[in-house]
Amino acid sequence: MKLFTPHQADTAPADTSGVLTLAPDFELLAEPSAGAHALDLAGVQRIDLQFPKFTDGRAYSQAVLLRRRLGYRGLLRATGEVLIDQLLQLQRCGFDEALLRADQSPAHGQRLLQQFTGFYQGDAQQPLPRFAAATPTATGTHP
Amino acid sequence: MYRYTDFDRQFIRQRAAQFRDQWQRHRDGALSDEAFRPLRLQNGWYIQRHAPMLRVAVPYGELSSAQVRVLARIARDYDQPGAAVFQGAVAAQNRLGTVQLRDGRAIASRLPTGYGHFTTRQNVQFNWIALDHAPEVMELLASVAMHGIQTSGNCIRNISTDALAGIAPDEVADPRPFAEILRQWSTLHPEFAFLPRKFKVAIVGALEDRAALHWHDVGLQLRRNAAGALGFAVLVGGGMGRTPVLASTICDFLPWDQLLNYLEALVRIYNAWGRRDNMYKSRIKILVRAQGQRFFDEVQAEYQRIVLQDGAPHTISAAELERVSACFAPPERLGLPCADERVARLSADDELEFERWLQRNVHAHQNPALRAVTLSFKRLGQAPGDASASQLDAVAELADRYSAGEVRVTHQQNLLLPWVRCEELPELWRAARRLGLAQPHIGLLTDLIACPGGDFCDLANARSLTIAEALTQRYQDLDELHDLGAIDLHLSGCINSCGHHHSGHIGILGVDKDGQEWYQIALGGSDGSRLSGAPAVGKVLGPAFTASEVCDAIEAILETYQALRTPGERFQQSLQRLGHEPFKSAANAVRVATAQRLEHAEEHAAHAVEVAAAPPQADRLAQAAPCEHSAAAVL
Repeated sequence: MKLFTPHQADTAPADTSGVLTLAPDFELLAEPSAGAHALDLAGVQRIDLQFPKFTDGRAYSQAVLLRRRLGYRGLLRATGEVLIDQLLQLQRCGFDEALLRADQSPAHGQRLLQQFTGFYQGDAQQPLPRFAAATPTATGTHP
Repeated sequence: MYRYTDFDRQFIRQRAAQFRDQWQRHRDGALSDEAFRPLRLQNGWYIQRHAPMLRVAVPYGELSSAQVRVLARIARDYDQPGAAVFQGAVAAQNRLGTVQLRDGRAIASRLPTGYGHFTTRQNVQFNWIALDHAPEVMELLASVAMHGIQTSGNCIRNISTDALAGIAPDEVADPRPFAEILRQWSTLHPEFAFLPRKFKVAIVGALEDRAALHWHDVGLQLRRNAAGALGFAVLVGGGMGRTPVLASTICDFLPWDQLLNYLEALVRIYNAWGRRDNMYKSRIKILVRAQGQRFFDEVQAEYQRIVLQDGAPHTISAAELERVSACFAPPERLGLPCADERVARLSADDELEFERWLQRNVHAHQNPALRAVTLSFKRLGQAPGDASASQLDAVAELADRYSAGEVRVTHQQNLLLPWVRCEELPELWRAARRLGLAQPHIGLLTDLIACPGGDFCDLANARSLTIAEALTQRYQDLDELHDLGAIDLHLSGCINSCGHHHSGHIGILGVDKDGQEWYQIALGGSDGSRLSGAPAVGKVLGPAFTASEVCDAIEAILETYQALRTPGERFQQSLQRLGHEPFKSAANAVRVATAQRLEHAEEHAAHAVEVAAAPPQADRLAQAAPCEHSAAAVL
């Protein structure tokens, strides 16, 4: 996952063509054909989803729907109040970039992404749950 | 019990390591209090009135004896405040004063240390562990496949069920395999890590609801349809707090293999639509009431999309259900079927008490050679649901000796031994009696539910434990208790309702008036069990009572019941027949301090009744969606 701080982002060229920003209350739930909800992704290279607070989890669902339901393959960036302790969820929901809050350490953030070797449920990266993706064997003993 | 795989164990260890890193960054100042807060909460760490509180997850209430021993060790070694913390706590509690009873006794806060505490959602809490020790406690828990994952925070909480799951004679199907599959699915679900508010799921496999399904965000009731297929009735939008609401049925029959797909749809709509601007309006009950049919329709539509467009990825395979179910095969317990438990050589002195214990604390079993036995943790001088380190160790011994090494935490804050051989009942009874865990009062008045209240909790408006102790002292006479019969008394120290006062036949709610502890009494609530009647919110009797009046008021209510009941009529039935008035008059007659305020307060009370009674169930909602059909499309 690509992690920036605002300082690093400032030095990058401010090319916003092909960038779509969706508000946290933008509804992706309904069918793409449902009038007001229609979302034209033609030419979109990056979608920015927002976290007004780090405890606001709406953008996780938006990301999952963009990836899984709408088949979006371009870049997905998390913006707003993004802390490194969210990165695991962000990555699993299909984000590939995060613009971190200024006080966050991207280096430590990268390390946090390595803390788990697997998860139970499917996600945007691996749609199938663990039980369907592989057959785990009950080798554990009674605790 | 579920057998943890290498993956499961490694996962819990990795979670403990993740928490240690977060904790260390918080210590170092790299993680602010605000940023650390949801992280510690999702590992079960609260900051309370005097000290942190740790809530340990007990998935669907099942514990092995090895796990109980680790809980005992944590109680003994870690549930111990430092001198400064404890002195501060004592001073703070002393300022609250004592509860003065009519007979001259005074009841003060006790502040026990070295204890574990069983909760209504089958978890275990500790009140005094210093945050300094948090990572090592989590690692100790992980050594027996335990943790505090999602026991707090705005996420899907620990799944609770019926303590008689897998052994109740009235069972349609064992809910534990589904509870375990749900546990795995909800654990660190990336999309649902920050919901608008907490999300509690309960699942029941029996005809009788022993898990308060209607009071949960989602209640799942296993059932068979007309064709004999297994599935769930899905309830949504129940909850207590300042707006008590009973759940509505959103789906009459969901095929069992669609459980995760359907919940994904339901929680996704809640994540998108639930209110985030006001924490008192952010539970799903508010969304269900506000949106009604639109919410039902959208859940159904999203479920269809998951099935038809996404390919229903979380359809539970028969192989997975079989793998998990195999873990819950009954342990080998040899014994002879027995119709009569009085198999032991009991002395005549013992007979009455043993008989009462059999009647109240011993429960029928699917296996006619076995019984389930409740160990009571409601006793004089000990907070309801509290167990000392040595009691926990003793329970582990009892479990190993009499119950295939398994114990369960019950919704009523007791422990249950699920695999007791009939012929060992007398021996177990003697052992439990020696430990003070054989009070024959399960389901009776003193088997009451209470939250930690103003002794420990930051949110409380009044103490619960002092009132619980006063009532326990008052009702020590077993003849009287058995004569009063089955009564659910639920006691909460504030409107957040952790003591489930809304669902008690008698509910007591602590309120703060000008810095004093006062208590509202409500009657007629029901958790939905057969004995309690259809799930219902209790109705407030009138203005609050002072701490010194509340026990007398309860006594007056119960005396009224004894005076007016017809033969064999239970408290709830008398209440239904007679209405609130005679009980209210009797309770008002014992007022002393609040007598003058009674008239003045009538107006206020009328308002309180309205609030607590809550509008009738989502009458705007149409019929539950036929969610069965959509699944048929993929099957």
